[in-house]
Amino acid sequence: MERGGREYALWSIGIAVVLIFALIPVLWLISISLKPPEAITDGRFIPSEVSFDNYKSLFEGGVEDSPFIKPLINSILIALTTTVISIVLASFAAYAIARLEFPGKRVILAGALAIAMFPPISTIGPLFDMWRALGIYDTYLGLIIPYLTFSLPLAIYALTAFFREIPWELEQAAQVDGATPFQAFRKVIVPLAAPGVFTAAILVFIFAWNDFLFAISLTSSDASRTVPAALAFFTGESSFTEPTGSIAAAAVVVTVPIIVFVLFFQRRIVSGLTAGAVKG
Amino acid sequence: MSEITLDGVTKVFADGFEAVKEMSLEVGDGEFMILVGPSGCGKSTALRMIAGLEDISSGELRIGDEVVNDRAPKDRDIAMVFQNYALYPHMTVRENMGFALKLAGVDRAEIDSKVEEAAKTLDLTQHLDRRPANLSGGQRQRVAMGRAIVRDPKAFLMDEPLSNLDAKLRVQMRTEVARLQSRLETTTVYVTHDQVEAMTLGDRVAVMRAGALQQVGTPAELYEQPVNLFVAGFIGSPAMNFMPAELSGGKVKLPIGEADAPEGVGGGRDGEVIAGLRPESFEDAEMVGDLRNERGVVFDAEIDLVESLGSDLYAYFHVESGAVESEQLAELVEERLEETGVPEVREGQEQIVARLDPASGIKRGERAELWADTSKLHLFDAESGERLAGGS
Amino acid sequence: MSNGVATAGTSDRTRSEHRLAWLLCAPAVIAMLAVTAYPIGYAIVLSVQQIDLRFPDEGGFVGLDNYTSVLSSQLWWTDVFNTVFLTVVTVSIELVLGMAIALVMHRAIFGRGVVRTAVLIPYGIITVVAAFSWQFAFAPDSGFVNNLPLISDEMDWFGGRFSSFAVIIMAEVWKTTPFMALLLLAGLVTIDGQLYEAAKVDGASAWQRFTRITLPLMKPAILVALLFRTLDAFRVFDTIYIMTAGAQDTESVSILGFNQLISRLNLGLGSAVSVLIFLCVVAIAFLYVKVLGTRVEEGRPGN
Repeated sequence: MERGGREYALWSIGIAVVLIFALIPVLWLISISLKPPEAITDGRFIPSEVSFDNYKSLFEGGVEDSPFIKPLINSILIALTTTVISIVLASFAAYAIARLEFPGKRVILAGALAIAMFPPISTIGPLFDMWRALGIYDTYLGLIIPYLTFSLPLAIYALTAFFREIPWELEQAAQVDGATPFQAFRKVIVPLAAPGVFTAAILVFIFAWNDFLFAISLTSSDASRTVPAALAFFTGESSFTEPTGSIAAAAVVVTVPIIVFVLFFQRRIVSGLTAGAVKG
Repeated sequence: MSEITLDGVTKVFADGFEAVKEMSLEVGDGEFMILVGPSGCGKSTALRMIAGLEDISSGELRIGDEVVNDRAPKDRDIAMVFQNYALYPHMTVRENMGFALKLAGVDRAEIDSKVEEAAKTLDLTQHLDRRPANLSGGQRQRVAMGRAIVRDPKAFLMDEPLSNLDAKLRVQMRTEVARLQSRLETTTVYVTHDQVEAMTLGDRVAVMRAGALQQVGTPAELYEQPVNLFVAGFIGSPAMNFMPAELSGGKVKLPIGEADAPEGVGGGRDGEVIAGLRPESFEDAEMVGDLRNERGVVFDAEIDLVESLGSDLYAYFHVESGAVESEQLAELVEERLEETGVPEVREGQEQIVARLDPASGIKRGERAELWADTSKLHLFDAESGERLAGGS
Repeated sequence: MSNGVATAGTSDRTRSEHRLAWLLCAPAVIAMLAVTAYPIGYAIVLSVQQIDLRFPDEGGFVGLDNYTSVLSSQLWWTDVFNTVFLTVVTVSIELVLGMAIALVMHRAIFGRGVVRTAVLIPYGIITVVAAFSWQFAFAPDSGFVNNLPLISDEMDWFGGRFSSFAVIIMAEVWKTTPFMALLLLAGLVTIDGQLYEAAKVDGASAWQRFTRITLPLMKPAILVALLFRTLDAFRVFDTIYIMTAGAQDTESVSILGFNQLISRLNLGLGSAVSVLIFLCVVAIAFLYVKVLGTRVEEGRPGN
């Protein structure tokens, strides 16, 4: 049926409600982060005056002393490395699953699913022990490995679904038109696969960026501690003040980029998350 | 009483597109009315407005004596058969057919008996407890019909119900539908793009184009007295042949020869016109006998192509035409081009298709003598496409 | 490679295709197993020993002693209750809210991009960050919630058990409802729109169309969504750690495991807890797949 003015209004309200629902915690953090230290406890949603002190204190002291810069660098590097390796491994596997017929295909998919359901907490103990024995405790590698394990199921499923959508006959058509197999792959397949790979990469990055359990279990210093873990160890300006302001500022610094990211790629991310959930 | 009346009904979509333009149509009680036209002509939209699935922008829709513009579909007491059947996949055939009655609160025993009766009529009894996914296309189609029949509504609305079936099944089901309707005597509005279906099924046929009703009449009326170029070209397969012609002093000068003008053309209409002649109005000159001296025109033509169907022989040839500028003709050619991809008119030439007796010995590439029955000639205004005279 | 004798039905070409496939999958498979299969086996081994890293010289095989300690501990059962309680409540709320949001996303004619972004923000935010935000909001001194009308200025949210639960639940629901909504949306779009038209003509009201068409046809998607969300919810850790660290009897089983392993360095006990958690997760998955008939092949992993 057609929509009248009234329906438009109702829909707008509904959408606005959803939007507010999503944004309140974010706005609240921004609000706290902009409050001067004295005003932290005033309990107001909108700050009465704006100050950037909290942000300053985050970056004070440079890489050595700032509680935030090193963890931020760690987070970025670890998440990026995990993403690259995970996508490469998952692409190989997804290519095989989407294009080739072989025994064990279903086992691998079922296994990936099982791992997605696996409780990470159950691996913390052994990993803690093993990593210390191997000397990779509190290192980048110590985190990258479990991140790989737990992001691969997601990446494999998303990539398999995307790869299934690609019309592989185009590769042959290009060869008939005179391209070598490599040219065909590069000029025809790669552009078609790129969006799917990019989307899977976003999903893996968000996963690695987000982790907390492994970060606090398998690190003990700024050597490899990531932002989520570091936040739990923030101290305030003095031993008497709560680190609320700094935490809020740090939170905003790591969150705003994600929001901008999501804003630009929302369509891709949604299709990546729901791809494969729907049969053709 | 369950007549359906559309009175100046118009549909304008949110983006300004006018899908149906002031359509006025009366469907009598128990009548089988077909809405036919090329895709995009607005026939489905019109049907959906009758069903209540689309709002009516202006005009009145009456079922019986009541104006039902603002009534919800469920309150109009109509049943619809969808093109893709829209069967509920999670329900059995029995549940599908009984769904509407269940919603209306009819008691269980009555639902069962009605469903079983409809199933018997449609030969679905052994499928009652199966799910749609396990049925063939034809069976699903019958379930969709059964769902409509069970409700004993004021009218059936059918939106291209046969188009998803393969050709043979379609022909079979066509007769089923016709038989069913005449038995139940329920008012039916049926939408199709297939003019063969339209001609064989309907009591009356309404031809639509680009949202506007072109002509409403019995199949015979549409065939013999098409009201404009479009209807003439749409009804009948293969389509009517069009040639530019010149009318002067009671005679028509055609690319294939000269003939008497049909009756009813006023003197002031002299000038360029479009002539139409159906393939059935041609014949191999050798097989015509004395008829060639009584009426019609005999001419030579080089045969481009011969299609032999066993029961018929179609011969394609071309004639030189003058340069009659006709927007109508050009439009028609465009449309046909889009639908069939076959260019029928080349610059300065018209391609004609003639249906000949299968015993004719005419072959491709040879120059043959053909006869055209010009008493069956139709004349159309070169600018408006409106019918001037002719046909029978 | 090929040995010249092909087994019945397998050509050389097929076999090399198989080899290629396994080769391509191998790295990923190894990466996945390395951190799951091996550690869980190792955890089982650890769990039957007494290992306390603070006293590295003591210890040895103790059989099922660790398990007995855990299963007879009041704290364990409290935590199990907490975890189950939180799981049931959050998943139920998320199902209803998620369905509502999915419907809005599905039928919205405009603002789709806005809604999608709004829905993905909770997904993209770090759980810990969100937990902090909610904690600050409800904190007695710095929070704004106590200053809202209808809420007592004196309310000490983190001072009591069920009020703490309330905040934890709100934070969890906020964070994960969007994902639930997306999973449900994926199921929603598979329903042929014409079914709704047919139902309208058959006389169904909007509610009837929802309950008799939408819900039954979405059952597979709903079950998959519930399965993944239940498993996720059972593993709740980040939010509780940040908000209460388990105080006020709000500890979950994961926090218990973490405390034993990382804080107390009691690998034996901690591993026993880990293995028990693993068994619970398996049980939940079993329940969903075998008993409820969830069809996981079409499911979505991912957090």
